[in-house]
Amino acid sequence: MSKVNNRSRNIGEFISEDEDDMLICRCEEITKGEIRKAVHEGMYTITEIRRYLRCGMGLCQGQTCARLVKGIVAKELGISPGNLEPATSRVPMRPVEMKILGNEQRGC
Amino acid sequence: MMKRYDLIIVGAGPSGLSAAIEAAKRGLSVIVFDENEKPGGQLFKQIHKFFGSKEHKAKIRGFKIGQELLEEADRAGVRVELNATVIGMYQEKEISVQMKEEIRHYKGDTIIIATGAAENMVTFDGWTLPGVIGAGAAQTLMNLHGVKPGQKIIMLGSGNVGLVVSFQLMQSGCEVVGLVDAAPKIGGYGVHAAKLARCGVPFYLSHTIIKAEGQDYVTGVVICEVDSSFKPILGTEKHIDADTICMAVGLSPMSQLLKMAGCEMEDNPKRGGQVPIIDEYGETSIPGVYAVGDVSGIEEASSAMIEGRMAGVCAADFLGFRNDKEEALTKLKKDLDVLRQGMFAPGNRGKVLKTTEEGFPVSYNLLQKGYIADGEVENYPGVTRKNGIHPVIECSQNIPCNPCQDACSKKCIKIGEKITSLPAINEEAECSGCGMCVASCSGQAIFLVNESYEEGYATVTLPYEFLPLPPKGERGFALDRSGKNCCKAEIVDVRLIAAFDQTVLLTMKVPVDMAMTARFFKANEKEGLFI
Repeated sequence: MSKVNNRSRNIGEFISEDEDDMLICRCEEITKGEIRKAVHEGMYTITEIRRYLRCGMGLCQGQTCARLVKGIVAKELGISPGNLEPATSRVPMRPVEMKILGNEQRGC
Repeated sequence: MMKRYDLIIVGAGPSGLSAAIEAAKRGLSVIVFDENEKPGGQLFKQIHKFFGSKEHKAKIRGFKIGQELLEEADRAGVRVELNATVIGMYQEKEISVQMKEEIRHYKGDTIIIATGAAENMVTFDGWTLPGVIGAGAAQTLMNLHGVKPGQKIIMLGSGNVGLVVSFQLMQSGCEVVGLVDAAPKIGGYGVHAAKLARCGVPFYLSHTIIKAEGQDYVTGVVICEVDSSFKPILGTEKHIDADTICMAVGLSPMSQLLKMAGCEMEDNPKRGGQVPIIDEYGETSIPGVYAVGDVSGIEEASSAMIEGRMAGVCAADFLGFRNDKEEALTKLKKDLDVLRQGMFAPGNRGKVLKTTEEGFPVSYNLLQKGYIADGEVENYPGVTRKNGIHPVIECSQNIPCNPCQDACSKKCIKIGEKITSLPAINEEAECSGCGMCVASCSGQAIFLVNESYEEGYATVTLPYEFLPLPPKGERGFALDRSGKNCCKAEIVDVRLIAAFDQTVLLTMKVPVDMAMTARFFKANEKEGLFI
């Protein structure tokens, strides 16, 4: 079992810090404190964090905060950011309005 | 039904267009998608002259290289679709593209991903205030839209992006009030730093920004020193008035399409983050899918263009088009290897170099303050003194660049076979004072000095890319390499010919003992105030 996924590992209590109010994901308005807290609530991977908090799921699709979130989560887990599996990439990789997504060009 | 092309390219920047050109020339049907309204990627924001050799389009300004690439692509029959966002890439080399109000599907027999990179951000108290922007955003505002990003700018990051954009901000009329970097030495080319230092821009190395001040927008910034593990040192805080904070703290590859298509990826800090695993010509783990330019590892435009051409050649070969792969790749590989030499080569990243390749001492003053100290400058082979007019080349780092050698028709400047060698003065040759070398130096590091101009006075000719131009006869003062006022000066000549490509040559008269010190000119703010 990798260090990242070992959920029986003790990462300590959540202790509040000065910068906890700082916005990290601007699109979804998620703070550093919320991200740190989520780790202590058991969200050990970027995929879980994204589903739990929606950070990186907004208009810019994590273009600004992905690296920042990764750094915060890794620090909280006491591992290097490189060891964290990045978020899944899937279609659409840019935000698209549903009416456009549903408007597939037919024929050639 | 979906439209089918021999080659689909995502991204019409330097690498994508270069790939398109090579492939189309070999007979492939090529379509390039770009989500922007204009093609060229970052090239059209690059108003400075590029480094390299003739083969790398050295001394040509970036936006001109962009124009040339577009024309070449057009002639080769490449189709470029703009405002076309590729939103997905699937197995079997299929993609979905948003164009206007609809989604279209395309299939390629080969695909080249050239999506580039996104700017990194760092956080500090107030980092979300209006006025905190990326250096790339500042460039977009200034150089594409003609909008000045602010009045007083703090730049965070001393890599080439931070240095080049700082200079462009000054050209657009902003004041750069400081360049901050947590590292103990300047990351980019010394010549870029020297251009800023001699205009008086202070460098704060081993410093970081801890706070952007202001309620509704940035009104100031607090910086402080950091220790060797980049932790802020309490009690060293300094306030600086500023209305804009520019971040030039690196780039992250935009590699999502490759990941979703199933290419093997790795997290590689040396290449900037999540990158595909590729071979030396850019092919990913999926045969026929290539990654070129910043998406495959952060570098710069000159190498991106070569990577693009290599992948274009490989895609043609993969599909059985013209059989000239070995020959074409050998030449391109050689061009690429040349760019990856010298002190800033990927292999030298993070190393502390004490001497140049030739054994000349490295100037720590340059690395820490942005300028070569008076006493150090004569260490370098481009700096000599003699009677009459002659070039003084303040080039102290091994960078792959040699246009100055070709610029001199009198053969005054020799670099030799090795493109990273420091330019040296050929003592036998006679300088005509034509100024071609001054205008050809992308780092603006060449000056013409004449210590026997007239009794007690010398002239210094310097490259000048600011407006308004001081007229002949203008009086003011000369600034030394650190940007300090060192003596009175008078402009005795202003030259601009087509061959200088917008770099104006100012010749200023200074007291003879200042010939090796005076390196910039500043006009009097009010007539008679300083004289």
